[in-house]
Formats: sequence, structure tokens, C-alpha cells
Amino acid sequence: MADQATFAEQAMPFMDGLYAAALRMTRNAADAEDLVQDTYLRAYRGFGGFEQGTNLKAWLYRILTNAFINSYRSKKRRPDETELDEGEDLYLFRRLGGLEAAAMGRSAEDELMDLLSESEVKDALESLPESFRMVVLLADVEGFQYKEIADILDIPIGTVMSRLHRGRKALQKRLYEFASQRNLVGASATRGAPGITDTVESQT
Amino acid sequence: MSQPEHSGMPEHDHADHADHADHADHDLARAEHDHADHGGDNCQEAIAELYSFLDGHLTEAKRRDISQHLDDCSPCLEAFEFETELRAVVSHRCQEQVPEALRRKVADLLAGAASEPNPTTLADH
Repeated sequence: MADQATFAEQAMPFMDGLYAAALRMTRNAADAEDLVQDTYLRAYRGFGGFEQGTNLKAWLYRILTNAFINSYRSKKRRPDETELDEGEDLYLFRRLGGLEAAAMGRSAEDELMDLLSESEVKDALESLPESFRMVVLLADVEGFQYKEIADILDIPIGTVMSRLHRGRKALQKRLYEFASQRNLVGASATRGAPGITDTVESQT
Repeated sequence: MSQPEHSGMPEHDHADHADHADHADHDLARAEHDHADHGGDNCQEAIAELYSFLDGHLTEAKRRDISQHLDDCSPCLEAFEFETELRAVVSHRCQEQVPEALRRKVADLLAGAASEPNPTTLADH
């Protein structure tokens, strides 16, 4: 049995991650802050039931997830599996794989960082239907294993795997849509702008 | 944003992959022909198991098969590396820092709860 006196010391280091997850779940900073507070209070009160030496991080995310489901998420929710707009396998790689720009000595990761802004990635993830958003968030942002996600969400591992597979494909499609929208807008704005290019040309 | 003219890993730069803008489809298709000794099914199988592989959720034998295939097939390797890097970017982009005010508030709540003889009184504030 865990001692409540050590709770803060053990649990506070997980707050950045819990807050990030809360933001993606609620899609709203005020709700995310309330959800994090609520999670810490619930966890503190329940800490006697936490077995020391087991997975504290997963235990906290389970409390966060349950608090979200019970208190914060929209009440009128449609069954969302039908709403998922999936791309095919390797959706982004088939479209952006050439951007690795090996000749320039840049890594694909650097290229992708340029291509996918912080707000685009967050918006893309938040645009996924909830049941897919939760598994992708827990796996790819928080780094949980299938078994941990199954325990956190109380769903079978097979469901975790299928939602993760479909959710990741849908995320790639959204990322591509968001990134290409911005780049089209950016390109036409540059082309349409008189200013600098004209001035330089007229001087030469 | 300009499309680079060529692709390929720096250390696996096969000249015959160089001229295809839509190289991914070409490369994967070509890999299926090039690796006749393995059969194109290997590429399809590798792609089908991509997530299980990256998530560390395969049997040891299966993991070794796919690892071996990736050593032999640079287009598949490139696809796997792309997915790995994409995941790192998604994770990086979604990191947050708790506002200092919230961190203090939670710390105060917990300190308050600890000094309360009956913590349940904090339930409805």
C-alpha cells in the first residue's frame, strides 16, 4: 500500500505529460487545467489503493482518462468509428518521402519538423474522433505499450491495435491536408506579393 | 516549397532510384521485382507489420524476419525510418509545459489535502 505522504513527490513529475494529454482530450486549456487538478486530487485520495512498484504513470493516466470520460467529454457523442477518414498505408511517406533531401545533409526529421508546425500537428491529432485520438495520443505522444493502453482505457489489446492502426492512418491524412493547405497559401502569398522581389529585380 | 529531385538514404543511395519524384511507389514496386529471391510478398508483409514492428509487438522470429528484410530492401527501410521519424516529430510537437500557476495550485491542493484530517472535504470546492 502506498503512503499518501510520498504522493506529491512521486506524482508531480508526470504533470507536463498529463497536462499535454488533458489538452488533447479536452481541446481547451481551461478544461485541461481543471482536469489535471481533478486527476491529482482523485489520485491522491486513491493512492492508498496504488501498489508501490507498479506502473504509477499508467495509473495516473487511467485516472485522467476516467475523469475525462466521466466529467468533461461532450455528452452527446455519436458512435465515431464511421466518421474516420483514413488514408492508405504509408500515406505521408508516399507523398513526402522524397523530402529527405539527403543531398542537403538534412534528416527527414528536420524536414518534417519544418513541414509540420506545432499547431498543425496538434490540430490534426485533435481532429481525430475521440476513441482513435485517445489511443494515438497514449501510444505516440505518451509512449505507452499496447498492454498499458488496454489497461488505461479498459479495452482489449486487439481493439487498441486496430484503433491505433486506423487512427495513425487518419492522422497522416489530416497532417497532409493541413500541411498542404498552409503551403499552398504560403506559396500564393509569396507569388502575389509585390515588394522585395520586384525591387531587387528592378535594381539589377 | 520545392520537390527534391531525388531520394534515397545517404548510405543506401542506389543510382537507379534517383530520378523518380514519386519514388515511393516506384521504389516499393521495384523492390517487389528486384527481390525475386524473396518474393514481393516480403515488402507487403513488412509494410503490413510496420506498426507492430515499431511498437515492439512482434514475436522474436517475426521481428528477425522483418529486420532481415529491411537489411535487404532499402525502399522498405526508408519507409520504416520515415514512420519512426514522423512519430518523433508528432510526439515532439505535442509536448506541453504546465503553466506555473497550475503547478503551484496542484502543489497547494495536495499540501492542503495532506494537512486535512478528512481529505474528502476537498471533494466539492
